[in-house]
Amino acid sequence: MTIIDKAAEAPAPRGAGENGHPLLQVRDLHVEFHTRDGVAKAVNGVNYTVDAGETLAVLGESGSGKSVTAQAIMGILDMPPGRIPKGEILFRGEDMLTMSSDERRRLRGRKIAMIFQDALSSLNPVLSVGYQLGEMFRVHQGLSKKDAKAKAIELMDRVKIPAARARVNDYPHQFSGGMRQRIMIAMALALEPDLIIADEPTTALDVTVQAQVMELLAELQREYNMGLILITHDLGVVADVADKIAVMYAGRIVETAPVHELYKRPAHPYTRGLLDSIPRLDQKGQELYAIKGLPPNLTRIPTGCAFNPRCPKADDLCRTEIPALAPVTEQDGSELPGRGSACHFWKETIHG
Amino acid sequence: MGRYVARRLLQMIPVFIGSTFLIFAMMFALPGDPVRALMGEQAYDPAVVAHIRADLGLDQPLWQQYATYLWHLVQGDFGTEIASKREISEIIAQAFPVTIRLTLFAFTFTVLVGISLGVIAGLRPDSVRDRGLLTLTLVLISMPSFVLGYLMQYLFAFQWGITTPTVQDSNNFGDLFLPAVVLGSLSLAYVARLTRTSMAENLRADYMRTAVAKGLPRRRIVGVHLMRNSLIPVVTFLGTDIGNLMTGAIVTEGIFNVQGVGKTIFDALTRREGSTVVGIASLIVLVFLLTSLLVDLLYAVLDPRIRYA
Repeated sequence: MTIIDKAAEAPAPRGAGENGHPLLQVRDLHVEFHTRDGVAKAVNGVNYTVDAGETLAVLGESGSGKSVTAQAIMGILDMPPGRIPKGEILFRGEDMLTMSSDERRRLRGRKIAMIFQDALSSLNPVLSVGYQLGEMFRVHQGLSKKDAKAKAIELMDRVKIPAARARVNDYPHQFSGGMRQRIMIAMALALEPDLIIADEPTTALDVTVQAQVMELLAELQREYNMGLILITHDLGVVADVADKIAVMYAGRIVETAPVHELYKRPAHPYTRGLLDSIPRLDQKGQELYAIKGLPPNLTRIPTGCAFNPRCPKADDLCRTEIPALAPVTEQDGSELPGRGSACHFWKETIHG
Repeated sequence: MGRYVARRLLQMIPVFIGSTFLIFAMMFALPGDPVRALMGEQAYDPAVVAHIRADLGLDQPLWQQYATYLWHLVQGDFGTEIASKREISEIIAQAFPVTIRLTLFAFTFTVLVGISLGVIAGLRPDSVRDRGLLTLTLVLISMPSFVLGYLMQYLFAFQWGITTPTVQDSNNFGDLFLPAVVLGSLSLAYVARLTRTSMAENLRADYMRTAVAKGLPRRRIVGVHLMRNSLIPVVTFLGTDIGNLMTGAIVTEGIFNVQGVGKTIFDALTRREGSTVVGIASLIVLVFLLTSLLVDLLYAVLDPRIRYA
């Protein structure tokens, strides 16, 4: 399988995979959590598609449902209290939600891998990194302990950890933050999966290391032609690596766009707010813009557009009717490929 | 590591001297007199008693008696009992193997049953079986060992006639079953609870989520990733518990008539045989010191984040 993927090197046709299906397709996904305070609706009808070699950035604040969507794809949601009442997650056209738990387990790590935010707590503190990396080969490929260790060293070299051979028996706490995140990346990369989900991979790192880690991730993704879902709340991280962006708010996608178009002309007031709240050097000394209010409580999402209590443009329509993710067009009506906005007033927002 | 062990071993010397001196002083302070106990009810000549006391060195001040005792002890001489004229080393050689056997029996029982119960409950926190274990361990913890001991005696020996009420042959493993269960039950409750809590807590750890995301089979996730982390506090508890089991045997050995250290030390105490009490207590102190060193070293082996310099 991986051999076929590699044959379709860099300029692979975007869109269809080898059997006419996109690599990953999320369709109308709903996730809810049953808590003591009621049902928290974390994800409310998310749709997105990722193709081989493509990077989708999912943007949103804490609690917007971006991580929960990723965990649902990965199959690592805690169920209960989590529940998926509706939706499909198609991996190469097959719905993973209807697979047996064993079938899903076989996909995890081998076909779809995940990089977590905090590498220190996400790595097992009492097992050496060599063991934890080698485990992938021992479990999925039945390699011997010795061969697995050799592979682990190879992987550590691959993600540019200096003196890999000497450090393979070290434990996670003996590495720096950036090196630990490299180990997480190496672990996700081990079996050359088709899709990698990176859940805020650079949030716990300082800025210079952030750039190095993102660069490494992008480089490896190009090399293996993997699909990448990059979950982040950092607009700066996204710009250089992503192909397209989905902005999430209260469990819904409120805007999708190819990366540079989103920065140039946002079509949703929330996206505009996010962009305006990035500090800029040329506005030094002025007050930094901030979106008023707080993200909604997921057990009591406002009626109509979930963003309406915080939106400067909101009127009565926004308070009653949920806007659908509508295609965004140019002023003359010509299509803007890949763009969509879930705002009743997207026209005013993008063109006004 | 080597330096650490050497330092710890050297630290043991003052602790050992201090604790034996305390026990020695307490025996000295107790009312009663071994020589008069020897005389019993019969009339005695105070001059004879004084002579015997002088012979045994009991007329000397405390510090001198202690110094003499310690001097003999380092030469491997535990002294002799006043009444029976038996070598104390011989008494110890008879009693210790019995208690060690009982302790190991109870320890094995604690480890096997306690950890298994803890794992079963800890994998499903707040389930019916978890609550069941919580109740069971609460009962075991709040029940004094003599109550449990007599209860077991009543049920197993008198009601069902499975065993004899007391131990006939202290060197027979089968006979030691009942006292071992009674002795180990308290530790068992603690071990089960500790295991359960540790498992339930680690179950929510980030690295567990990573292990699932790696596509590992559940057996491996629990067996390698969860257990390896969860058993660290349990192992350290078990280590210090060996000493507790040995001393806790005093009551249990009394109930079941096991001819071990506990019963010997109790008898010696009632007869004011100071040398016997101090001798046995010193050995138990030594066991405590060595097991706690062992636990600290084991801790570093189990958790790579801990290093001794």
